[in-house]
Amino acid sequence: MAKTEDSEKKKLRTSSLRAYTMIGALVVIWLFFHWQTGSIFLTPRNLSNLMLQTSVTGIIAVGMLMVIVSGNIDLSVGSLLALAGGTAALCLTVLGLGLIPSVLAAIAVGVAIGFFQGFLTAYASIPAFIVTLGGLLAWRGAIKGISKSETISVSDPAFKAIGQSYLAPMGGWILAVAAIVLILFLAYRSVQNQKMYGEGDTSFGSEMAKALLPIAGVIAFIYVMNAYAGIPIPVLIFLAVAFFGFFITNNTTFGRYIYAIGGNAEAARLSGINNRAVVMKVFAILGAFTGIAAVIYTARVAAASPDAGTLLELDAIAACVIGGTSLMGGRGTVFGACLGALIMASLDNGMSLLNYADFTQELIKGTILVAAVGLDMIGRK
Amino acid sequence: MTPLLEMKDITKEFPGVKALDEVNLDLHEGEFHALVGENGAGKSTLMKVLSGVYPYGNYKGDILINGEIQKFQTIREAENAGIAIIFQELSLVKELTIAENIFLGREPSNLGVINWHKMYQDAAKLLKDLNLDINPSTEVGDLGIGQQQLVEIAKALSQDAKLLVLDEPTAALTESEVETLFEILRKLKDRGVGMIYISHKLDEVFEMSDRITVLRDGQTVGTHHAAELDKDKVISLMVGREVGDIFPEVSHEFGEVAMEVRNLTAFEPDHPDKKLVDNVSFKVRKGEVLGIAGLMGAGRSELLATIFGAWRGNHSGEVYVEGKKVDIRSPKDAIDVGIGFVTEDRKRYGLILDQTILDNSTLAGLKDISGRFLTSRPKELSATTEVMEKLNVKAPSAMTETGTLSGGNQQKVVIGKWLLTNPKILFLDEPTRGIDVGAKQEIYAEINLLAEEGLAIVMVSSELPEVLGVSDRILVLHEGRATGEFSKEEATPENVMAAATG
Repeated sequence: MAKTEDSEKKKLRTSSLRAYTMIGALVVIWLFFHWQTGSIFLTPRNLSNLMLQTSVTGIIAVGMLMVIVSGNIDLSVGSLLALAGGTAALCLTVLGLGLIPSVLAAIAVGVAIGFFQGFLTAYASIPAFIVTLGGLLAWRGAIKGISKSETISVSDPAFKAIGQSYLAPMGGWILAVAAIVLILFLAYRSVQNQKMYGEGDTSFGSEMAKALLPIAGVIAFIYVMNAYAGIPIPVLIFLAVAFFGFFITNNTTFGRYIYAIGGNAEAARLSGINNRAVVMKVFAILGAFTGIAAVIYTARVAAASPDAGTLLELDAIAACVIGGTSLMGGRGTVFGACLGALIMASLDNGMSLLNYADFTQELIKGTILVAAVGLDMIGRK
Repeated sequence: MTPLLEMKDITKEFPGVKALDEVNLDLHEGEFHALVGENGAGKSTLMKVLSGVYPYGNYKGDILINGEIQKFQTIREAENAGIAIIFQELSLVKELTIAENIFLGREPSNLGVINWHKMYQDAAKLLKDLNLDINPSTEVGDLGIGQQQLVEIAKALSQDAKLLVLDEPTAALTESEVETLFEILRKLKDRGVGMIYISHKLDEVFEMSDRITVLRDGQTVGTHHAAELDKDKVISLMVGREVGDIFPEVSHEFGEVAMEVRNLTAFEPDHPDKKLVDNVSFKVRKGEVLGIAGLMGAGRSELLATIFGAWRGNHSGEVYVEGKKVDIRSPKDAIDVGIGFVTEDRKRYGLILDQTILDNSTLAGLKDISGRFLTSRPKELSATTEVMEKLNVKAPSAMTETGTLSGGNQQKVVIGKWLLTNPKILFLDEPTRGIDVGAKQEIYAEINLLAEEGLAIVMVSSELPEVLGVSDRILVLHEGRATGEFSKEEATPENVMAAATG
């Protein structure tokens, strides 16, 4: 019995340790680049840019996390992003549709293809790796065919605003207040629950103290963003998607089923879960997120290139894995995936500021990905 | 004359369980020696000791071959000493040819280059020795189970095996395949190969054996010449044991029929012609514990899985719950009509080991406990705590990962998961396998309590005393068919075992 309790404590320690290690690694990376770039990296302007760069990968990483936790993988998101972005651009320019129908069209393409690939994986039992490897080729081919391999520029100002504008500083502070109220409410409820069910001996004070760190984070974030131009709209959308993903995975029966299927598919099936339907929906959610990311991506550069999003799937998968997601399924958090996306974007941003050659950047990113997972494996033993 | 093999005072302990307790076995050249006993009597463990699966030092006692003490550290060392084991699950690579399988890991080669010609020639010679008329370049996956078994034997002979262990070799064979196998075994016997034969099929045991050793609860009950015994004597040696008072002594009050199954038949998914459950019908009343007895492969788990909507193969038959016909197509349908299923092998089918007790307990009944779309931590926690207290789960908290729990506590979590679906009928498949006596006793008491609360319980168990001790009525299956039904008063170890052996 004593032995079990020991290993219990050890496990708890390692799981919260992982989150702190990741935040620590991020801080080290930031300080290193700040020092190397002669104090450019940690300026409001660059941090705003960094967040902007994180948002597209981050949105997809949140969806990818759910797919990976369910024990699957999606390699097609980069090509799908190009196809959905191209769809939005064509709707705006060639078809002359308005902003909202064009955005919805992009998302609809994502959802439809997500459902389709999910169907092939879950109901036709074709491995997700193969289905989406086929998708990686096919959707890229589709957009090249539709656009005749040409870049479609977009001039609609409202559409471009999705990728290029900022939330006014006042809006940022209103959001900050709302976020702080939410954090305090959650801390209060957690104390109430623990009192009601006598789990642990947390006092009100210590729970509130734990809430201080996130509150400080929110204030610092809004302060830095406002010091440049306010929160970029893509970052706002990313935060909304991340919040949605966090909610799905933590507070819904659907989310619990995703973890159950990834943890032990047979046990989940015998517990009455419709594994196939859940897996198909998870792919559809990732498809929807990819559609959203495609709109942002297209709006930011004001053009839909048939080569958009090349290798994006690998960035999204790497973000999940760096964030502690197990490719075997069953383990991983939205918070980790977002942090992973931020780490990946920080490396890109910092190395670009330092004018590292392309090949050096790729070598370093590859090494860090493998090293991060390697250290995690050693840590688990 | 020195025997070919002597196993002296073999003792093997697992944490909390003595699987083998000073077991003795000896085997002479050219002898056919049957090893019989109930499921869990220690036969397989003994063979794992012999074959080096449990290395020397991991068990107490000595293994002597031709009078010399052996200290096997690996399976390979046992093979080199001339011991070959053919397990129930065949260990052939289906995608490779017969010859490739026979010489796997020992390919005739020169500087790493395989001499295919020699390999196929040698394989053909081995097959011819066994009167097997198959081309050695046939892929093993294209062979029937019987022929695959013979390929395993050819492989063993190619390693100059002097001692062949066969673990339930005929379980999946047709009658004519069994005859072929026996012919070959007789031939090997004439060549001086000693054989240890594990089987539940006593007719076959008596047809072939020179001597029979009976194991019970990890101890040798005795070794006798086959001529001194008959089937009844063997059965009484296998089961002859006091049923201890770990079982609660109560008689249940039965209510109406909770579930009725009519003419249930289920086929093996990969062999649509092979019936695993053959036209079985039964009823179970509220407050009644129906035990389902039978030997390995009798179709007991398949019967439960089919009723529960979890069987992947073809099936037919009707299920009535509280008098109403129900159409169960998936586990969800079964849960909705009030059936719970504590599956066998909790690690594979029951638990998500790296998730917490709370996550596991509420999985099957999540929508009833929490709400249709949103989970509620407080509601889940209170449901989990309640069921943990009811079943006396010993764990630091509801947030403990189930992988760190003992077997008995894991089993209680699985039972708790199903209680939280508010079932009317509860299936239990091998509910006490691999857990210690104390936890077993608690689970028996809980089964009894649930029956008193009005639950209808269907329990599959391979442990005869358990079936006899817990059940109000016992249904016995043999090769998929119902071969006996006994009330608690009628049931004796002997008549249940007789029905189970056909």
